[in-house]
Amino acid sequence: MKPILLLFTATLALATAPLAAQETPKPFDRDLSAPAPEGGTVETVEAAQDDGGLSFTVTDESEWQDLGIAIPGFATDRDVPTQASSGGTAALGKSLAQVVYNDLKFNGLFKPVGPNALPQPSYPEITAPSWPTWSNRSAEMLVEGYVRARGDGKLIVGCYLYDVQLQKELTRGGWVVPPADWRRAAHKCSDLVYSRLSGESPFFDSRIAYIAETGPKDHRVKRLAIMDSDGANHRFITNGRATALTPRYSPDYRQLLYLSYVDGNPRLYVYDIGTGRQHLVTQSSNPTFAPRWSPDGKWILYSMAIGGNTDIYRVSAQGGPSVRLTNAPGIDIGGSYSPDGTKIVFESDRSGNQQCYVMNADGSNQRRISFSGGRCATPEWSPRGDLIAFTRIAGNFNVAVMNTQGGGVRTLTSGWQDEAPTWSPNGRVIQFFRTERNSGRSSLWQVDLTGRNERRLPTPVDASDPAWGPILP
Amino acid sequence: MDRRIVIATLMAGTALLAACKKEPPASLPPEPEPNVTATPTPTAPTGPVLGTQAHFEEAVNGKNVIYFDTDRYNIDSASAAALQTQAQYLMRYPNINVRVEGNTDERGTREYNLALGERRANAAKNYLVSLGVAANRITTISYGKERPVALGSNESAWAQNRRDVTVVVE
Repeated sequence: MKPILLLFTATLALATAPLAAQETPKPFDRDLSAPAPEGGTVETVEAAQDDGGLSFTVTDESEWQDLGIAIPGFATDRDVPTQASSGGTAALGKSLAQVVYNDLKFNGLFKPVGPNALPQPSYPEITAPSWPTWSNRSAEMLVEGYVRARGDGKLIVGCYLYDVQLQKELTRGGWVVPPADWRRAAHKCSDLVYSRLSGESPFFDSRIAYIAETGPKDHRVKRLAIMDSDGANHRFITNGRATALTPRYSPDYRQLLYLSYVDGNPRLYVYDIGTGRQHLVTQSSNPTFAPRWSPDGKWILYSMAIGGNTDIYRVSAQGGPSVRLTNAPGIDIGGSYSPDGTKIVFESDRSGNQQCYVMNADGSNQRRISFSGGRCATPEWSPRGDLIAFTRIAGNFNVAVMNTQGGGVRTLTSGWQDEAPTWSPNGRVIQFFRTERNSGRSSLWQVDLTGRNERRLPTPVDASDPAWGPILP
Repeated sequence: MDRRIVIATLMAGTALLAACKKEPPASLPPEPEPNVTATPTPTAPTGPVLGTQAHFEEAVNGKNVIYFDTDRYNIDSASAAALQTQAQYLMRYPNINVRVEGNTDERGTREYNLALGERRANAAKNYLVSLGVAANRITTISYGKERPVALGSNESAWAQNRRDVTVVVE
């Protein structure tokens, strides 16, 4: 990778041009919380100097288990107050390292040691590590960083990855972030380390939309909520007055598609994060379900039942007429685009029970791909394009993957009811929700493609219907 | 069970809610009107007011709910009998409109269950229409697996949750 200078315009709420012409009638807004705060800008200020000096190549992920990474607190040149931390930039430095530590620990590939168990390097040591300190702790890799408060209140965060044995820098990165976005700098550091050591694309600097659940099983309150990929910066979008289900982040993170019963019937809405307003995906008296974005954000897939018969439709994200893509008798529902946007994998019971089918993006050439026993539901195409994750129903409900021809099925989980897989931005981790038998309580889980590393993602309340967005812009 | 028997049962005004069919559960779903305290007056001149859910439920003797097998949406004979009772009520009171609410058990994926509930609601609507009730008097809605009435995770609970509930639009 060549040194580059990238300007990131960030995220939520730069929405200078809210979707015009779609004035939201008041009743839709009854269930909405206050709009999310504006996100800031993350600016890459320092390019990684990458000379390809990796000392080894790892092909079997199991060998990674012992790769020890020391992540001491990030240093600061001057401990000054910052809006990002009540303890000033020195305390913030430790928090930054803690975020990186948690990211890498839960990933399952590494055995990191965090700042609470390590000595704190001084500011000059960030670019000139004290090698004996780390080699004596049998750390193979070392992540050091710094944080500085700039005059305008923004933070400069630097991140360095060292090979301790070679006593050599492997890569580095630097970012300028508004204080409110300090965690994004830590996630970018995690992504830098993860990508350099695994050869995979980054995924930590991303967000998740999901449904927060509270209350007894027969009076469940379901609210649309969003959070960072590690569960931080949690925020409720709806207030729980109406049942909300099945959200999907738009690829640019500016909008959320989801189902709401706010007008009494199941209808799909586009919620605009910047303005805090929403509008219907399509004007129809028929129930609509299962909203999906195309990878470029220009199209929306939705499923609509007419006379009890459900089919998949496509409409421009700007509105306009809908095109029906399926017309088989029965339930055709869902749909997930291949990353290049040319194909759609979807679910249909036209053969008698739920199975997965692939069609061209215009609806032509529909063919079943799942023949490996059990039922195939909620298929989701990997952002890498190589695999399709789905809910495999064979007795219990479990998350499985298959190749795009339907072969090579591997079941990754073993819960009683594991449902609705969603891919990490790099296609290496799958998130899903798990429902407990009898209690009906639900929670979010992540599993990697080996199936060996499974962990629960902490949420403030019960959680379902996760939808992982791409790497933040 | 043919229509005469249904009428006879209705006229008898028995307060017994259970044991008429094999499949359905002993307990009735609570929604949306809470008080189904059966008043054993046959024609109920002082009972629930016409136009209310309570009046409807009493008149159809609790047969405002029908049940389905796993993943199915066909109207079996027990459901047909219940819908005939509902149809008679609707023919007798042409100003009453109803909503059929389709539901599923928890043992399905969320989105598919929304579509399945809609299919079940439409199956009941179509049957009522075939019996002579005007289609524009019946709306449908699916709650998928979002509104269980039996809370366990076992076959008995699931059987109670795979249901259509006919509700008077008040």
